[in-house]
Amino acid sequence: MPEQKMLTKRIGDINPLSIKDALEKGTYKQLEKALKMNRIDLIDEVEKANLRGRGGAGFPMHIKMMSTAKQESTPKYVVCNADEGEPGNFKDRYLMENDPHIILEGILIAAYATGASKGYFYIRGEYNQAISIMKWAIEEAKENGLLGTGIQGSDFDFDIEIRTGAGSYVVGEEFAMIESIEGKSGRTRVKPPFPTDEGVFGKPTLLNNVETYCNLPFIVDMGGENYSKIGTKTSTGTKLISLSGNVTNPGVYEVPFGTTVREVIEDLGGGVPNEHKIKMVQLGGACGPIIPEFMLDLQIDFERFEEFESKTGAGAIIVMDERQDLFEVLMRIVKFFQHESCGRCTPCREGHVHLEKLVHSFFKGDGNPNELYSLESLARVMHHSSLCGLGQSSPISIISSLSYFRDAFHDRMAFGGGEK
Amino acid sequence: MINLKINGIDVEAKEGSTVLDAAKEYGFDIPTLCYYPDLRINSDCRVCSVEVAGSNHLMTACSTPVKEGMEVKTNTSKVYNARKTITELILANHDTNCTTCARNLNCELQDLANTLGIEENRFEKVLEMDAVDDHNPSIYRNPNRCIKCGRCIEVCKDVEGTYVLENQGRSNEVKVAPKYGKYLSEEDCTFCGQCASVCPVAAITEKDDTQRVFDAINNPNKHVIVQVAPAIRVAIGEEFGHKSGGQWTGQLITALKRLGFDRVFDTDFTADLTIIEEGHELLERVKTGGTLPMMTSCCPGWINYAEQQHPDMLEHLSTCKSPQQMFGALAKTYYAQSSGIDPSDMYVVSIMPCTAKKYEAGREEMQSNEGMQDVDAVLTTRELAKMIRSQGINFNNLKDGEFDTPFGITTGAAAIFGATGGVMEAALRTVSEVVNEKPLEKIEFEDVRGFDGIKEATVELGGNPVKVAVAHTLKHAETLISEVKAGKSDYAFIEVMTCPGGCIGGGGQPYGTTNKKRIERIESTYRVDDSMPVRKSHENPTIQKLYDDFLEKPLGKKSHNLLHTHYHPRHKKV
Repeated sequence: MPEQKMLTKRIGDINPLSIKDALEKGTYKQLEKALKMNRIDLIDEVEKANLRGRGGAGFPMHIKMMSTAKQESTPKYVVCNADEGEPGNFKDRYLMENDPHIILEGILIAAYATGASKGYFYIRGEYNQAISIMKWAIEEAKENGLLGTGIQGSDFDFDIEIRTGAGSYVVGEEFAMIESIEGKSGRTRVKPPFPTDEGVFGKPTLLNNVETYCNLPFIVDMGGENYSKIGTKTSTGTKLISLSGNVTNPGVYEVPFGTTVREVIEDLGGGVPNEHKIKMVQLGGACGPIIPEFMLDLQIDFERFEEFESKTGAGAIIVMDERQDLFEVLMRIVKFFQHESCGRCTPCREGHVHLEKLVHSFFKGDGNPNELYSLESLARVMHHSSLCGLGQSSPISIISSLSYFRDAFHDRMAFGGGEK
Repeated sequence: MINLKINGIDVEAKEGSTVLDAAKEYGFDIPTLCYYPDLRINSDCRVCSVEVAGSNHLMTACSTPVKEGMEVKTNTSKVYNARKTITELILANHDTNCTTCARNLNCELQDLANTLGIEENRFEKVLEMDAVDDHNPSIYRNPNRCIKCGRCIEVCKDVEGTYVLENQGRSNEVKVAPKYGKYLSEEDCTFCGQCASVCPVAAITEKDDTQRVFDAINNPNKHVIVQVAPAIRVAIGEEFGHKSGGQWTGQLITALKRLGFDRVFDTDFTADLTIIEEGHELLERVKTGGTLPMMTSCCPGWINYAEQQHPDMLEHLSTCKSPQQMFGALAKTYYAQSSGIDPSDMYVVSIMPCTAKKYEAGREEMQSNEGMQDVDAVLTTRELAKMIRSQGINFNNLKDGEFDTPFGITTGAAAIFGATGGVMEAALRTVSEVVNEKPLEKIEFEDVRGFDGIKEATVELGGNPVKVAVAHTLKHAETLISEVKAGKSDYAFIEVMTCPGGCIGGGGQPYGTTNKKRIERIESTYRVDDSMPVRKSHENPTIQKLYDDFLEKPLGKKSHNLLHTHYHPRHKKV
């Protein structure tokens, strides 16, 4: 299946540093249309479109929007999560650096629909270029009356402020991000209440990923029903895929839901170079499952990915050929999460230390059956009982490896007869 | 009501209640660790995880509200394995030398491990020993025992509004400590000890002074006397298996005598004296246009807070020493003289519900004889219980004893000092009768009773209405202070107690103190008051005699030297 460019259609053709260019090519036209619509009708279109969050969890967008819109407490906030910290993901950066105004248009539509008056655009601190471009875009939007009071001659007021991270991975988690916006250290909160009830400064907050907002202008344009025809029945629209690893043409590709992982790797990415063979592929990023080559016909959609007990909606595909060592990969992943845990809940704070020790045993070829049992049990407990997405998803690479590459663990046991 | 199923059983629960509450009601005990009644729920430890139908992830019972049709399972193997694993993880990073720990057999982590049947730990020990903080006289902080449950942070931040303890760092390097890893004494810690009272393990405890007291008792050259604060008698029984809400004055006195104290006295006596001095100070301030509102000064946590945070407010503090320090001053002057004992041969011990009292006793102003502290050692209720147990004294089999003279005859007014509003009520009983020159028709001032954070009352003094206010916890005190600073306060007199509920809820009281228990202790306090033959401080015959024989008159020269003090602004170290 070829690419189906919607969100990324104008990229390469549009000057990201010129709002004039963006306006000429139709940006903010859908905002104009949306501002003439009833807020509830607008959310209804999103419901018909069946838009689901593109940040990872895949939560239905209209539920969040309606829940925020219904709140009486004001001010309401819209937060755009551009803290793309998941290793292997770079599609939000691609959007920010190449078409910032499509993002702003999406945010403005969401703000109008929910009655929000203030926005926070939270960008990962390392994304210097994206930060500069978004700042420029926001300034230009202000100068052109697209932010501020009485936007496009309506009675809709909205302003947005950029916030940057300071290197923490976990602030990509919604409540850790909200805490960070409030000036606190990035640690998650207990749910409920959810952000739509009590988010930034205790006020109703709609928080979504960059890519999710970008879909709104297209839904307004074609109508929810037409939008819902793209992709599969239950996973509608397109998905931006960050393709990386041992692949001929790494990069960002936009495909309709339903495309298989193999199609992305082989048809779009040009397969593995130099006649090497795919050994394993990690989906979603460091927090996603590692699957073997024979599973690559897996369709990219929310339902299939949920079967892995994983929230891989972020859309990264990391290809690893036969030269890569599973345990080296797992070591790198577990060390990363051990470093990034906020340290709040027990399973994540204390668990990663032991996860690392146990994986290390196998990495060295020193594993034993007790350690295999402990590793599996610990990974599952962390997955089931951690407080936020970090601790819940970080062991998925291990859990999936234990399912699909179990023999590799046996081979790395001290007396297992395998390679040392 | 909400209908749900717990372990297959139909359950009804109040709307807004949690799975933990609902399960408990129906006899399903879900173990908890970071959860503490009255504190904000963080669900950090994850020990109370349960299965909820429809979710693959486990949910924490403490934070999950009940929902119609919900199906909860509290004891599946998935749940049990999670709880056990989590507890093993905590133990792998905890100093598990239990037999040499202050909380041995009185430890929530030990209980949990025992409940879950943990007999070995699959996980390697990863504890890296860190230095303890014993740089202050009140609180001992041992990071090697800390399990990062966050209760101390919540009580410090949310209940007291003092923000001394915080999470430092991240991942497994998280430490619960004062900002920038400083000592408590370098930060604005008031030493109230609420952190110690909620700590499930021995990461924060009072500084143990029991050995010093044993040494004094065993020194034949020392005349060792002890004073007992009003709040001890309504709490000590809880240390020996009794339910809260009782009073154990008689057994307490006998236990102290059996421990070997030469004289057992009552801090209630100097509480009465405080009322006389403080009452007259208030009237003097009103008469001469002194600084108003006057604020009470019996609570050392509050004094620390005022000196640290509001150095410009010190004029508002009553100059009266606290009852503990009035006792110490009189013990080493009046009592020493009248009993012919050299004050340097005397050793004064206080039993207090409070950890800040340890700090107060060491203040340099608290020396009636040069170079000699008036109070030599302060023990908390918990430390006293420890001493009693260690000496094989069977508290529950003790017959009632009586306080020794001259500091043994007290009033109901002094008894209620331990409850929030009690000092105010005692003062009002005396001040109204002194000013109005006629006996009160009703001596209970109901408006200043109860558990509200801030209470106020208006009383008639000499035909004029006078407004007073009472605050417990520093967070609520802060509200009253901002009003005073903004010039919006029309109170003449304000009582401040640092601990929730007043001294009966102090940081040195038996473990497991909750607001429910605090309220029961307060009720018990008022019952003690009701049962007293004399219920107004100025009618205490021994107080009258003390003025006749020694002090001469309230606010007189001797009082000024012995019973009053001054305060120092403390500059923040940044």
